Formats: sequence, C-alpha cells, structure tokens
Amino acid sequence: MTDATNPDQMDSGGDTVWVEHEAFIDRIPRWVAMTFLFVAIVGLWDLVTRMGWVSAIILPSPAETLEDLIFVGKNLLSGGYMLEALWTTTLTVLYGFLIAISIGFSLGVLVGETKFGERAVMPYLVAIDTMPKVAFAPLFIAWLGFDIGSKVALAAFIATFPIVVSTAAGLYAATENERMLFKSVGATRMQILLRLKLPTGLPYFFTGLKIASVGVMAGAITGEFLGGGSGFGALIRQSASQLDTPRVFSLILYLSLLGLTLFFIVVWLQRRFVFWNKSGGPGGMM
Amino acid sequence: MAEPRPIDTQQSAPMARTVYKIERLSKTYARNSLVALQDVHLEIHKGEFVSVIGSSGCGKSTLLKIMAGLMPPTTGRVVLEGKPVVGPRPDIGMMFQQATLLPWKTTLENVLMPIELREGRAAAKAASDKAMDLLKLVGLGDFADVYPGELSGGMAQRASICRMLISDPAMLLLDEPFSALDELTRDFMNMELQRICLERGATAFLVTHSLAEAVILSDRILVMKARPGHVVEDITIDLPRPRTLDMINTTHFGEIVSHIRDLLGKEAHQ
Ligand SMILES: Nc1ncnc2c1ncn2[C@@H]1O[C@H](COP(=O)(O)OP(=O)(O)OP(=O)(O)O)[C@@H](O)[C@H]1O
Ligand SMILES: [Mg+2]
Repeated sequence: MTDATNPDQMDSGGDTVWVEHEAFIDRIPRWVAMTFLFVAIVGLWDLVTRMGWVSAIILPSPAETLEDLIFVGKNLLSGGYMLEALWTTTLTVLYGFLIAISIGFSLGVLVGETKFGERAVMPYLVAIDTMPKVAFAPLFIAWLGFDIGSKVALAAFIATFPIVVSTAAGLYAATENERMLFKSVGATRMQILLRLKLPTGLPYFFTGLKIASVGVMAGAITGEFLGGGSGFGALIRQSASQLDTPRVFSLILYLSLLGLTLFFIVVWLQRRFVFWNKSGGPGGMM
Repeated sequence: MAEPRPIDTQQSAPMARTVYKIERLSKTYARNSLVALQDVHLEIHKGEFVSVIGSSGCGKSTLLKIMAGLMPPTTGRVVLEGKPVVGPRPDIGMMFQQATLLPWKTTLENVLMPIELREGRAAAKAASDKAMDLLKLVGLGDFADVYPGELSGGMAQRASICRMLISDPAMLLLDEPFSALDELTRDFMNMELQRICLERGATAFLVTHSLAEAVILSDRILVMKARPGHVVEDITIDLPRPRTLDMINTTHFGEIVSHIRDLLGKEAHQ
C-alpha cells in the first residue's frame, strides 16, 4: 500500500509525501500567457473583419491597421507633422503634470497638516472632486483660448485631485507612537513634518502620482478634442471625422506609449525614493 | 491597605534620592470630559525600577505621557530631578510597544536620530562611536548599517533601546515595550533591560500587562484602577538582584504573582 497519509510510510523513503500542485497558469511564463492572449484577440479580430461581420469603416482589419501603424511610425520617425503633434501633446502632459504636482502637493500638505485645511479646504475639494471634471473644459477654453494653455489647465485640473488626496492621506500615515517619539526628543512641528510625516507619506504620494499620470493624459486629450489646436487629440478627432478608422487606431496606440512612458517614469522614481517599501503596503511597487 | 501583605516588606535599602515626584496629579481629557487620572501621588527614587499594572484604559499611558512632558496635566505637578516637567526633556528616554524605527534610516542612523533632531547632523556624526558601542552592548554591532526592514521584532526593540539610551537619560519611560514580542524573546529582553539598568544605575518606569514581567523586573509595582484612574496599591518586590529567569519558577515568585493577581481580580470585580 502506498498511502501517503499512512504515518508508517511517511519517514521510510525520505521522499516528499505531500506535493503542492502548481496550477497550470503558474507554470507558464508570463510572456507566453500574454502572447497567447494577444494572438487570440488579433485572430478573433481578423476573423470578424474577414467574414464581413462588421463594416470596415467601423472596424478595420488587423492588416490594414498594421499598415497604417507603420505609416504613422515612419511619419513620427522622419519628424513629420505627426511628431510635432505628439510633441505638443507631450508638452501639454508634462506641464499639466508639473502644475498638478506643485498645486496638489501644496494643497495636500495644507489639508493634511493644518486644522484650517482639514476643516475649511477639504470639503470644497471633495465637492469639486465629485464633479465630472471634463465639464470644466469649455470654461478653460473660454478663459485661456484655443492654445496649449487651456489643455494644460484641464490636464492639471484633473490630475491635481488624486495628488491632494494621497498627499494628505500620507501625512496621516505616521502612527501616534512615531509622532510621540519625535515630540519626546523635542522635535519641532517642522521637523515632525519634514523628517517623519513626509517620508512616511511618500509611498502614498507616489500612488497618487500614478493615478494622476493617467488623469493628466485623459485631461490633455480631452482638451485637444474640444479645443482643437495641433496636438495628437486634434489629429485623432480629425481622422475620426474623416472615417479614417485605421488612423484613429494607430494614433491611439502611439498615444498609449506616451502614457506608459509617463507611468513608468513615476514607477522608476518611486523605486528610487521609496527604496524601503519594496512590496506590500500602500504604494508597494505596483 | 489594611490587610496583611506577607511579601510586602518595607523599603530595605537606605532611602535613595527622589528622582521623580508626582503630586495630586489629575487629567481630564477635554474632548470627552473623561477623567483619566485622579489624584495620583508618586515618588520614584534614584536607580529604582517601578512598574505599573492595571486593566486596559485605566490611564497608564496617560500617566506616562504626562510624566514625559508630552501632555500637560489638568491639575497637579510633576517634578523630575528638582525641575518641573513642562515639556519633553533630553533627560527622559522613551520606548513604546512598537519599535518605531524609521524604515528609511539604517539602524545606526535610527539610534542617532534623537541627537540629529536636537543638535543637528554634525553632532549626530560625532556621536556615532557611542551609538556603535550601544549597539554592541545589545548585540547589534553587525547590524548597524542594515535597514530596519531586515531586523526581527526583538532586534528592532533592542535598537530602540539604544535610541533611548543615546542621550544618557536619567529616567526611562517604557510603555509596554516588549508586549509585541514572543515569550522567549520577551524573557531575554527583560534580562537585557535589567542588565542595562543595573549597569547604568538607570531609573525606570514600566507600563506592562504581564505580571511575570512586572515582578521579575521591578523594585515596586503600582496597581492602578480605572474610572477614574488612580493608584490603589504600591507593592515592594523583595527578590534579590540581579534577578534571573529561574526565579520565575520559585514558590516565592508564585506567591507574589498570585497576590497581585488577587488584587487585580478584586479591582476588576468591584
Ligand atoms: N487623547 C484622548 N482623548 C480622550 N480620551 C482619551 C485619550 N487618550 C486616552 N483616552 C481615554 O483615557 C483613558 C485612559 O487611557 P490610557 O491610554 O491612558 O489607558 P491605558 O491604561 O494605557 O490602557 P491600555 O492598557 O489599553 O494601553 C481611556 O478610557 C481612554 O479611552
Ligand atoms: Mg496604554
């Protein structure tokens, strides 16, 4: 009898009697799983267009899309008008992000560190945060015109809120005992803020930055949809109105590279600055 | 108390100098008008180890915070080394249940933190030899440059002992410092704490929930009762020093523990 649960047999061979069975998905590498899903989706997409189930204007075939992707790629690499558009959007996103970080961080410290901020400022921030913020776009265009300014404003406006909230939450993260310890060695309020609360809150701050990096892209593109100009958003809208669906697809794809780059810059900064919080906890690596 | 207390011998050693003097201390939290402490009197002598024990919420941490100058009393006064306590002081060292080491600083930098905050970076750098000596004293010499994330719970608490000792405090205030540790580590830490206190002639005030810990460490145990928080018993422990862990198994130790347990039980059922 080779019953593994029989205690007489357990010590006899020195063999492992209880083997943990790994699930199938645990045993295949991530890239294989991802490739599999990609091929499956593109295959289905190809089938749908090939069979003519969906009109080509609504959904171009993978081949058509790839062709256009290459065309747009060449235009970007050769410094054509699309590169200029991408550059405009990149600038919009960067300016928006920097403004959101400065305003969001300052407001976050005001809210998280002062009674006035917590009692008087926070309720207004919550109220505005619950509004659909893109609805403010026409206002920004009216105030700042059709240039890059109105788009930067909308991008910054959307990205500010997650940074405020996460900065404030981070300032609350230090424990009562940690604050008491600092007070017991005579630390000033400024020292407690700079040496304890801000470093403790850093993982939260970066979590906010990641959310904001997504919001800032959405803001910039929405701004360009509504306010025209020379950015990538305007290109997308223009192609869509000409029913050039493959172009819309490839523009979105290149745009997503910009978003990904921004996101991973934030992740990289987080790894550098929050070296002690490698996993778990708020803002663990990802 | 009127009833006989066989193990409560009167102060044997000649009365040492008074370090802490707490008179008519009361604390009412304004927020919920809760009377956390009422009419607490307390004297602690040089080199004495005093523990306070009592049910949860009876005001132990409140008393400790007031003694540390972290919170003003509502009435009464606290005098340490002849000077009234009106705020945090460098001659008081504190330890809490959590080690509260800063994860972005190495063990050595954490130990130096009080000096860095009080006197700046240069002074902290100048004190690093002293910090190293302290770390060696508690067996952490090899871990000076390690970040706290890599320390075990017991190691982290030993590092926080060093941080407490770095400015040579005359008075140690300890709020359940070892209650988050497993029992074996805790026994070991208790012996470390006793050794450090004896070596330095330090005066200590310990809040604990463990009767055995209180008895093995203390010269006196205060029993506190809640609502409003006040001291109901002041028991002298006459076990000889240095105390060893085998003492826990002696009948005398058992008698002391059960006597205090009786007292606590009585308080709880009143
Ligand atoms: N900041 C505060 N504001 C209002 N009430 C408080 C505050 N801190 C403590 N209390 C109350 O005062 C009483 C004593 O609290 P304290 O923390 O001193 O108790 P404790 O004896 O240390 O309890 P434990 O053994 O659980 O640590 C409790 O009823 C508590 O709820
Ligand atoms: Mg307490």
